[in-house]
Amino acid sequence: MVSAVFHSPLDAAAPQAPRDARSAPYSVAAHANGTGATATNSMNNQTTPAGPAARRQWDASLIWQGLLPPLLGLGLLVLVWELVSMGTGASIPSPKDTLAQAVQIFSDPFYSNGPNDQGIGWNILSSLQRVAVGFGLAAAVGIPAGFLIGRFTFLSRMFNPLISLLRPVSPLAWLPIGLLVFKGADPAAIWTIFICSIWPMIINTAVGVQRVPQDYMNVARVLNLSEWKIVTKILFPSVLPYMLTGVRLAVGTAWLVIVAAEMLTGGVGIGFWVWDEWNNLNVKNIIVAIFVIGVVGLVLEFALIKLATAFTFEEVKN
Amino acid sequence: MNTSLATKYIEIQGVEQSFKTKKGPFCALQDINLTVAKGEFVTLIGHSGCGKSTLLNLMAGLTTPTQGTLLCANREIAGPGPERAVVFQNHSLLPWLTCFENVYLAVERVFSANENKGKLKARTEAALAMVGLTPAAHKRPGEISGGMKQRVGIARALSMEPKVLLLDEPFGALDALTRARLQDELLQIVASTQSTVVMVTHDVDEAVLLSDRIVMLTNGPAATIGEVLQVDLPRPRSRVALAEDLRYLGGRKAVIDFLYTRQAHVEKAA
Repeated sequence: MVSAVFHSPLDAAAPQAPRDARSAPYSVAAHANGTGATATNSMNNQTTPAGPAARRQWDASLIWQGLLPPLLGLGLLVLVWELVSMGTGASIPSPKDTLAQAVQIFSDPFYSNGPNDQGIGWNILSSLQRVAVGFGLAAAVGIPAGFLIGRFTFLSRMFNPLISLLRPVSPLAWLPIGLLVFKGADPAAIWTIFICSIWPMIINTAVGVQRVPQDYMNVARVLNLSEWKIVTKILFPSVLPYMLTGVRLAVGTAWLVIVAAEMLTGGVGIGFWVWDEWNNLNVKNIIVAIFVIGVVGLVLEFALIKLATAFTFEEVKN
Repeated sequence: MNTSLATKYIEIQGVEQSFKTKKGPFCALQDINLTVAKGEFVTLIGHSGCGKSTLLNLMAGLTTPTQGTLLCANREIAGPGPERAVVFQNHSLLPWLTCFENVYLAVERVFSANENKGKLKARTEAALAMVGLTPAAHKRPGEISGGMKQRVGIARALSMEPKVLLLDEPFGALDALTRARLQDELLQIVASTQSTVVMVTHDVDEAVLLSDRIVMLTNGPAATIGEVLQVDLPRPRSRVALAEDLRYLGGRKAVIDFLYTRQAHVEKAA
């Protein structure tokens, strides 16, 4: 589940060379992607001597290598979709009809005709709100827990078996427990988000704390820095990139899970909306929803990658 | 100050250092006896893996010896502290702080008890000016060259006004030209601050050019001091003039002879 989060096309669009140095667990797939993109870009840059002729050549190669492949990919998707649509006798709606439906849906995203008929904007916002609450709670618990587990070997040995046991459990398996304990659909969905997003944050923060370079700790010892200065000037800044990797994985997983959780719990939300449209046999809306879910996930991922890059610094060589 | 403290500023007596490994204890250093006078420049030289850095870490207090004692100004070295500043081989600057902030962190720790912020900032600026880095003060380590980073490391160490300056192969990772320039700068700085310096190096020319005494270590395991060479070249020293100086060449010959004839490095079968 976690690795699936990583195959987002934005990874290729935004090369993350500095991030590669700080490979944390799970991030291998994304890094492979990222380095690939970096390599292509640097090849492009090498063909940039001055002069108008050379510039035109560079522009051509930019279009050829940068713009054309993604457009071809999208074109292929639309083509396959059109063929499937024709093959099924339009029970899967064609791209053109779906686009028309999307335009109609997004022309009024914030209408509200009672709890079961609300605009897509409201549905997205209530899903995002659940993710934010569940994720926020998970961060509030998981990041300090990660610090403690990383700092003290005893705690790490104590909790590692528990984490290994609970982490592979599908978050949806926790939903009944949530419903039982919290006696409500909304808290149960938030609980599910909490439980699925806490593991990457604990694990990545703990790894970050364990990997603080010994050189920095030696500097702290030679300067005889106070415990407060060690935490604020050395530990926290060097753990931050790992922590943000954990946050990124957690948000990605949370966004995957909320759709499934809402299908089961109902209410207002993008997952419930998909299920509702299925009951109405409105396949066009389901396809629109799939695209919306993808775009929102992409935006979340992209924002967090940008955030992580801003806080990643060149490390001391060991 | 009495004369015994002046001649025995750092005193190392019967020091042995061994590490626990999976194959049992590994003895890195044994039977080390050495004194360093106040204001003296001593280099430790030897093949890689002979325990030079281990000895320096002991003097810094980053590690404690398994046997023997180390004294600095008649007090036992019980742990690291700002009075024995270390310049690390890989500069070890904090990458999220600017050069100014890296130095300020050290200055603040040592002097903030008695001085106000303006004075601390002035000290930081003075330290950066001493290594010629005033223009780069507000850049981060990632934005400056390797030589500049190492200079910030030296500025950070000097800014604390340490009693002893410990340098662990400070120029090892630099290109030859940058290294030569920084060596000259270090000579000037040490002459003006009258610092006591212990420096680890594997560069024969660097050792002869900079030091008053060269301490040559035998090959590990269980390395010890093989020979100590007094370098009686007058100061200030100029690398160009020394290139043909017979005393310089003699010193160089003595170190090379020790390192490559008597302690010819035997690579372990890989």
